[in-house]
Parts: sequence; C-alpha cells; structure tokens
Amino acid sequence: MAVGSQPSYIRRAVLEPEPPPVAGAAATVRTRARLFDGPFNTALTLVSIVIVVALVWPTVKFLFIDAVWTGSSRIDCLSETVGREVGACWPFIRAKFTQFMYGFYPASEQWRVDVTYALGAILLVPLLIPAAPSKGLNAILFFGVFPVVAFFLLVGGVFGLPHVETRLWGGLLVTLVISFTGIMFSLPLGILLALGRRSQFPIIRTICVIFIEFWRGVPLITVLFFATYMLPLFLPANWRIDALARVLIGVVLFAGAYMAEVVRGGLQAIPRGQFEGAMALGLGYWRMMGLVILPQALRLVIPGIVNSFIALFKDTTLVLIVAIFDLLGQLRAAFADPTWATPVTLFTGFAFAGMIYFVVSFGMSRYALFMERRLNIERAR
Amino acid sequence: MSIQTQHALAPPRVAIYNRPRIRAVCYQLLLLAAVLGLCFEFALNAKANLDAQKIASGFGFLDNTAGFGINQSLIAYNESDTYARVFFVGLLNTLLVAAIGIVLATILGFFVGIARLSRNWLVARLAGGYVELIRNLPLLFQILFWYLAVLGTLPPPRQSISLFGEIFLNNRGIIVPAPVAGEGAGAVIAVLVLSVIATIALRLWAKRRQIRTGRQFPLLWTGLALVVAPPLVALVVMGFPIGFERPELRGFNFVGGVRLLPEFVALLLALTTYTAAFIAEVVRAGVLAVPRGQTEAAFALGLRRGLTLRLIVVPQALRVIVPPLTNQYLNLTKNSSLAVAVGYPDLFAVFAGTTLHQTGQAIEIIAITMAVYLAISLFTSALMNWYNAHIRVAER
Repeated sequence: MAVGSQPSYIRRAVLEPEPPPVAGAAATVRTRARLFDGPFNTALTLVSIVIVVALVWPTVKFLFIDAVWTGSSRIDCLSETVGREVGACWPFIRAKFTQFMYGFYPASEQWRVDVTYALGAILLVPLLIPAAPSKGLNAILFFGVFPVVAFFLLVGGVFGLPHVETRLWGGLLVTLVISFTGIMFSLPLGILLALGRRSQFPIIRTICVIFIEFWRGVPLITVLFFATYMLPLFLPANWRIDALARVLIGVVLFAGAYMAEVVRGGLQAIPRGQFEGAMALGLGYWRMMGLVILPQALRLVIPGIVNSFIALFKDTTLVLIVAIFDLLGQLRAAFADPTWATPVTLFTGFAFAGMIYFVVSFGMSRYALFMERRLNIERAR
Repeated sequence: MSIQTQHALAPPRVAIYNRPRIRAVCYQLLLLAAVLGLCFEFALNAKANLDAQKIASGFGFLDNTAGFGINQSLIAYNESDTYARVFFVGLLNTLLVAAIGIVLATILGFFVGIARLSRNWLVARLAGGYVELIRNLPLLFQILFWYLAVLGTLPPPRQSISLFGEIFLNNRGIIVPAPVAGEGAGAVIAVLVLSVIATIALRLWAKRRQIRTGRQFPLLWTGLALVVAPPLVALVVMGFPIGFERPELRGFNFVGGVRLLPEFVALLLALTTYTAAFIAEVVRAGVLAVPRGQTEAAFALGLRRGLTLRLIVVPQALRVIVPPLTNQYLNLTKNSSLAVAVGYPDLFAVFAGTTLHQTGQAIEIIAITMAVYLAISLFTSALMNWYNAHIRVAER
C-alpha cells in the first residue's frame, strides 16, 4: 500500500526529546511549569485567578471588612444609618442565636441541652482518636448509656426535671437529635438487612431485597410524608406517636436501606475462605458473622458508612417540610421577623448556617479520609 | 442415589427440630408470618381509623374537580380540571426539571471533573474547592439560598437587570425571548431532521469503510457542513420563518417572551450545581481508574493527546463511570421533589402537597407518589443496566 493510506495517527517524523522533569528544580521553575507553560495553560491560569479574586474578595469584604458587629435592631444594619456599604449583619445572628441553637426550648431548661452536648462531646472525642485507650468501654458508654441519659435529660419528666415537649425543640438541637438517632439505629438495621440480603434462605432474601429497594427508590421527602401522615393511620387509634418520633422512624428506615447497601459491599469483599474457615471451626451463623465476618467487613466500609452519615446529616434539613424546625427551619423563620428585615439579613443567615453545615460535613469527610488512609497502611503491610 | 443409601444405612441422630432444612423452613415461615401479620394489622387499623374519621378510601377522588390554579403547566390546565389532571401536570413538571437538570449537571460535572485532573495547579484547586463546598452543604439549604437570597433579592420588573437587551432578570423570574414558528417553519425543521439522519448514516458508512479498507473519512467537517448548510439554505428559501418574540416592558410587567418562574430557576440551579459536584467526583474516579500505562502505551504508539483521550482513556473510563452516574441521575430526579420547599409545582408539591391537604386521602396519594418515583427509579436503572452491559468489556 502507498504511504498515503497509512493510518493518520502514526507519526512520520521522530519527536524531539522532551526536557527533563522539573521535580527537583527551583520553586519558581516549578510554578512556571505548572501554571504558565504554553499559551493555553497561561490563559487557564489567568481566568482562574480572575475567578478566585471575584469570589474570594467580595466574600471576605462581606463577612469581615464591611460587616456590622454590634447593634440591636435592623436600623444598625442599614447602609443609610451606617453611612457606608454594609456587609454581614452579625447582630442579627446574636439576637437569634438561642433560637438557632435550641428552638423554643424553655430558657430555664437550656442547660440540659448544653449538658447533653458536653456529655456527647466528652464521649465522642476519645472514640474518634485511634490512640485513645479502652475503645470497648467507650463505645458502650457512647452508644448504650449516652442515648438513654440524653433522652431523659432532653425530654425530662423524671428526677424533678420538668417535661419539655418535642414541639418546643428546634434549631441545631433537632438537627443533631435526628442525625444522631438516625446514625445510631440505621447502622444495626442496615447490618441486619445486608445479612438478610446475602442470606441463603430465599424468602428472607426476597423480603430484604424488596424492603431495601423500596426505600432506596423513593425520595426522602415522600418517606417523611409517609411517616407523618400515613403512619398514624396504620397504628391503633389510641396510639399517639410524637411528631418528632414519627420523623425519626422515617429517617431510620430510609437511612437503614442505604446503610444496608454499604454493608453489603463489605460482606461481598470478604473471601469465601473466611466463611468456610469459621464454619470449619464449628461456629454457628451468628457467631461466624459476629466474630469473623462483620469485624472485617465493617472495617472495609468505614469510609462508605461515614459518607452515609454525612448524607444523613445533610438530609435532616428536609424535616422543615413537615413542619419540624431544625436549624434551616429556624433560619427561615428568623428571616420572616420584620425587626431584622434588611437587604443583608438573608445573606448573613445563610452564611452562618452554611458554616455550621459545612464544618460538620467537611469534618466528617476528612475523618473518613483519615481512617481510609490508616486502614490502607495496615492492609499494605 | 448414594446419599439415599447412606441415609437408609445410618438413620440421622439429630432431633427433627435440629435439622438444618427443617430449621430453614421454620425461620422463613416465621418471618413471612410476622411480615404478613404486620401488614394485616396495619390494614385493619387503617380501615378502623378511616371509618372513624369518615374518610372514603379508593381512587374516586381523582375524578373530582381540583379547584386550585397551578402557575406552570406543560399541558392545558385550569381550576375546573380534575385531580387526575393535576397529577399529570405535576408529573410533567417533575420530568421537565429532572431532564434539563440531568443534561446541565452532566455537562458541568464532566467539565469540573476534568478540571480537577488538570495539570494546572490553580485550575485543579479551583475545581476541588467547588466540589468540596457544594458537596458539604445540604441541597435544601442551597435551593433556599438561590430562591430567597439570590433570586428573591432581584429588583422588581421595572428595574429589571438586562442581559444583552434580550434577557431580563427580576424578582418575578427570568424572561427570555420565545421562539415563534411562522409559515414554512415545519419545512426547515424537517430539513434539519433529515440532515441529522443523513449524518448518522454517513458516520455508519464511514466507520464500516474504515474497518474494511483502513481508509479514513473526514467525518467531522462533512458532518458539520451537512448539519448546518441544508437547514440554513431552507431558512433563506422560506424567508426566515422562525423568529424570536422579544420581551417588552409594558406598565409594570413584561409582555411577550417566555417567563421562567424563579422557583423553577432556583430549583434547576441548585439541582444542577449540587449533582454536578457529585458527577465531577464520579468522572475523576473513572479517569483515575484507567491505568497510566494505557496512556503511556498510546503515546508510545504515536497517538496524540486528543486521540489518546478519545480512543483509549474515555472508553475505559466510561465503564467505571456509568453505574455511579446512573445513581446520580436517580438522585437528581428524586431530589427534584424538594421543589415543594420553594413552591415549584412538581409532582410532589401539587399532588402530595396541595391535593393531599384538600382531599385528606393520605394513603392513596402517598402510595401513588411513591409508586411514580419508584417506577422512574426502576426504569432508569433498567435502561442504564442495559447500556452498561452494552459497553462492558467482552471477556473470553
């Protein structure tokens, strides 16, 4: 065949040798190679710089430089009063702070919420640090004792603590209660469902598959509506379930189905020999799972589990649609207050709530990454 | 046969309730009985509760007059229509926002995902910052932010922000020019469709010829010419029958053009940017999953950068990308139900929201709504599974 019929992607000339890699070169050379080699890359860099400046400068200006730090009403946050361009109106956050944190929890009882937070933090922090001692006792205290204590502290009605109805709860308190309950119950439910889905019994398997796929196939908001409006109809007429408890049931069922799929991923990654070895040792089903399979499987999927927790934490915002005022719900309610109606109130509120959501979610995702790296090091050995 | 003989010789020493088979059957029957019993109990309670509240069950309410207006509908609708029509209006609105959202989120997501892998340090960091910021904020937070803080603080119609004098932004929405089809527009569209079909046919022929003879065909340029030129000629011949109706300010509002509701725009913006951040991560993982040796081998064979991407990296990355991408599409569709928070009339807002509150038929309405989302999910999964099987590596 003639040269012309040669496929076009084959070079006809030998290439010039490329310059040596710049890894060891000076910082300026490296920067130039990364950012300014060739017209296209230079253009990209310049456009990026413009975008970064256009985003970061107004944000910093709004949050700090132009911000109003003290004041008692909307007057202090109007540019006519201040005499310059006005950024974030922080007095608005200060005025609404208790509402954002506790909702309408009675002011004289708010110490109970604080004690619960403190207790939770004291137990959680050592649990998250791999080097901290006595993980077993710590876990029992956090997952077994703490929920009971927190329940009685928050609800009251015993030991002389006045009863606080859940419809008075709100703000970050509700966000954290829903997240924590969801996390606590969805993991065991997910493990059971995942075991059921991998079961050799056809009826158990079918029931679990239907359950999982049903909850995963519908949006969370329909689940919350189901829990709020349909669940009371399905229960005996004399059973009264608290509105918050109904939402919790919905969240747990929904999150459990997602958790089941994460755990199933871990179960599938365990080699068959582990099952066979456990059976050869004479272990029954529950001991085989509890002592041999699950400890390995759950370790494999820790990042996936934490990702589910992050999703659950973000999804708690949806409860505002069924009239339970979590942090976002309280924020929305605060916007309607005419004493703080200024052009900057909305942005201030979103900036404040956004920071809380971001810090918690980002913190969890970084922790997942940290655990993943740690586990990978162990496996590499 | 031999097993039977063994059994006959040595009768089992285990008690009947300890035999694995018997136990397996018993456990399963017990669970089945518990589930069925629970369902039965629920049904009994539901019947008793409904009777006590004097709510008629059944789907008869679908034929009743709805009596409320909907501010966006793709099919003709007015207040005297039935709840069944409300259902279809809502369903179409859901599908509309989901379809547009999926297309935009895919484009943005691929763009950001590739940018995250850029050799340019600043571009990669910028894309990374976008992904981290968006992924760690709740979607509902973002919808409300766009709706209340961004679109809600736009000026009233008389002080609209104008883009190029054609698009107007104000607190009642975004007004864009509307395409108007005049006489002969059908012919132009027909020519366009024919051109596209001809291009596809040409592509098939060119590919077959290349496989047979090895000769390549300049497909890009001929294809572009084929798609652009005939419709242009048709436009000129028919005397430009397709025009744009420009919005104009009359009094306090705009006349003409198409008005996109602020609810729709806020929902679309939030869904697109949110899902794009997740798609970007999927794309990045997919590209990283292709071993570096593949790219190096392609370079060694003399393939240029673009061809390496198109022929070597993308086909292999797609296999990794498609399953999680499907999940993101489903998430977007399900998340569109958050429209109810801003009042965009999607299926959930008009049906499980307004209709439920008007009729009180909680069981029927929530069951229908869940069934629709379930059907969409299962249908999309089935479609994507088929596609996934189609592009799978043909193994021996």
